[in-house]
Amino acid sequence: MIIKDFPPNQDCSHENFPPSIDKRDFIKKVLKGTIAGSLFLVFPMDISSVGSTAVKNSETTNNIDPTIKLPEEIPEIRDRQYDIHKQNFAFIVDITRCIGCGSCCVADKREYNVPDGNYRTWVERYIKDFDDQVYVDCPNGGLDGYQKPRTDIPLNARDTFFVPKLCNMCREAPCVQVCPVGATFTSPDGFILMDSDRCVGCAYCIQACPYSARFLNPITKTAEKCTWCYHRVRKGLLPACVEVCPTGARKFGSLNDENSEVYKILKGPGVLTVLKQSMGTLPALYYMGQRLEVV
Amino acid sequence: MNPTLYEASQNLSHGASMLISNYVFPNDLHVHWSMMIVLYPYITGLVDGAFIIAALYYLFDVKSLKPIARFSLLFAFAFLCCATLPLLLHLGRPERNFNMLLTPSPSSAMAGFGYIYAVSMGVLSFIVLFVYRPDLVERGKNAKGFMKLIYRALTFDSADLSEKALALDGKIIRFLVGLGIPVAAVLHGYVGFIFGGVKANPTWSTPLMPVIFLFSACVSGISAIIIAYIIIRKIGGRSVDSDCIRTCIKTLTVFFILAFSFEMLEVFSHSYLKTGYHHMVEGLLNGPLASSFWLWQVKICSVVPLILLGCMAFITLKDSIYTFIAGIVSCILLLQVFIMRWNVVIGGQLMSKSARGYTVFHTEWFDKEGIVAVIIIMLIPFMILFVLGKIFPFWAEERKGGIQ
Repeated sequence: MIIKDFPPNQDCSHENFPPSIDKRDFIKKVLKGTIAGSLFLVFPMDISSVGSTAVKNSETTNNIDPTIKLPEEIPEIRDRQYDIHKQNFAFIVDITRCIGCGSCCVADKREYNVPDGNYRTWVERYIKDFDDQVYVDCPNGGLDGYQKPRTDIPLNARDTFFVPKLCNMCREAPCVQVCPVGATFTSPDGFILMDSDRCVGCAYCIQACPYSARFLNPITKTAEKCTWCYHRVRKGLLPACVEVCPTGARKFGSLNDENSEVYKILKGPGVLTVLKQSMGTLPALYYMGQRLEVV
Repeated sequence: MNPTLYEASQNLSHGASMLISNYVFPNDLHVHWSMMIVLYPYITGLVDGAFIIAALYYLFDVKSLKPIARFSLLFAFAFLCCATLPLLLHLGRPERNFNMLLTPSPSSAMAGFGYIYAVSMGVLSFIVLFVYRPDLVERGKNAKGFMKLIYRALTFDSADLSEKALALDGKIIRFLVGLGIPVAAVLHGYVGFIFGGVKANPTWSTPLMPVIFLFSACVSGISAIIIAYIIIRKIGGRSVDSDCIRTCIKTLTVFFILAFSFEMLEVFSHSYLKTGYHHMVEGLLNGPLASSFWLWQVKICSVVPLILLGCMAFITLKDSIYTFIAGIVSCILLLQVFIMRWNVVIGGQLMSKSARGYTVFHTEWFDKEGIVAVIIIMLIPFMILFVLGKIFPFWAEERKGGIQ
């Protein structure tokens, strides 16, 4: 970068107004900024400096974990009385935005310590060639990200896209219907949850789920599934996968909040679909830009 | 990509071409319901079939079945005692099995198991006790101390063996057997419904499933009774009642024709209606299950017995030959029903819900749901039967008087 000193009679119009700074000052400021920035990373920020009154308030209420140090991500939850019967959440996956990086899968695996070979969420890769043949794969559930193209396809790929999958939170959930002991249930705020202390591990729910979103945890020997990070939502935080998605392909929010992105999308004119609509499960998970090939 | 697969895909219709990637959902790779869930409907099926034979004698007065009526009851009882073993071995948390009874979910078909099983067990136990009351009374007379108390309990504290008392026993037995028929039908029809009620699996999701299970249950139970009767009698050096065998075979023929017809009707319906995922069902039957379904279940274990049963129905055969063929047919049909259960339970799960591929099932030898466990569980009812045989005489000729 070249910094010049400008004479005081120089024309200072809006278009070419230069910073009147000499080299020495500039270097000093860069150094100060660098050191300050480093210190900012080294010393964790005090919660009071974030300026979130919501967090401070949360420490005084009984139903919120006082250890939370993160700013609120879903508005109107943390410092409010949570009326479980009046909540209405939605999850939207925009497959036109998914880049198959696998961050969501990694975040999910870390959040729940999901055993290898089982998946609460996964990302599928679809490739369509010039003969309209569809090739789908999902190595390791997409955990490693799709870093290399497939080389086993004889024709050139005409189109490719990624489809994240997770629990559909069906309003007519087959898993809830078939669970013989009521270990899987629908919470009043619309989440399909698992009580692992009750589950007998019969795997009937796994058979009944049309989306194969469930698995039998090989360690606990009980059924397990995505919960849309219910524990985080109740603290005003986004699901882990939504939080880490770098492109906004996963969207979550309250439909009671007219400013939320999911509200605007769901109430807007755009086309949304659900998976396996013919199953009559009425999912609360919607897909934007859904393709015919996706099952 | 496999070049053969690619070439094949070039000639396929759009629906079939969906299979090109053989994509299985990541959570579908593992077959969750394995051999124990094959065994469970097989065992309840044996119970149902054996009970049908007893019901034909005690309720419908088919006199020719008299030699095996009591044995059928004991056979059904011995297997019913073990019906829960495969389920317990299958459960991830078997120690919580009583949750099914304590906190049942009313919306779940499976939640009914405990109650249906308990009622079946209760009815069958009472039938056995009333049928064998005279034997138990005789044994109770010689018993002492604690055993005497047990015999008193088992004979409902009644040592009365008069004509009038036995006639009342007969009425009670007829009532209990009458009650037992719908209970047995529910016990096994319900097992079929467990599968038929899973809409996510296109090979299971059919109202025909309970019907198929029920008729095939009768087939397996009657076949098992025929084989057990012939073998136990031959080992004991006693004669086989050919009239009884002929009646059993006739009953078996009727039930097998019904079972096989409905099995084929289900396949035909899938291929004719071409409903959603029919390409997956066709691909399953012609792919991973080509051998176990078409070759074993249909050709070897269904068509061959049908021909043999036809011969037995239309050709006059000597008793010894008839009995020999009856044994052979029964063996094949026992295998048929087992393979059918396998193809439904495990075969159905090979198909991923991605509708794009099939997974593979690997049998284990020493797993808790492995082959050795299956063999042990199938041996236990015979051990129970052996012990029961010491207390309750199998054959009617071993006892004079009382209810036969």
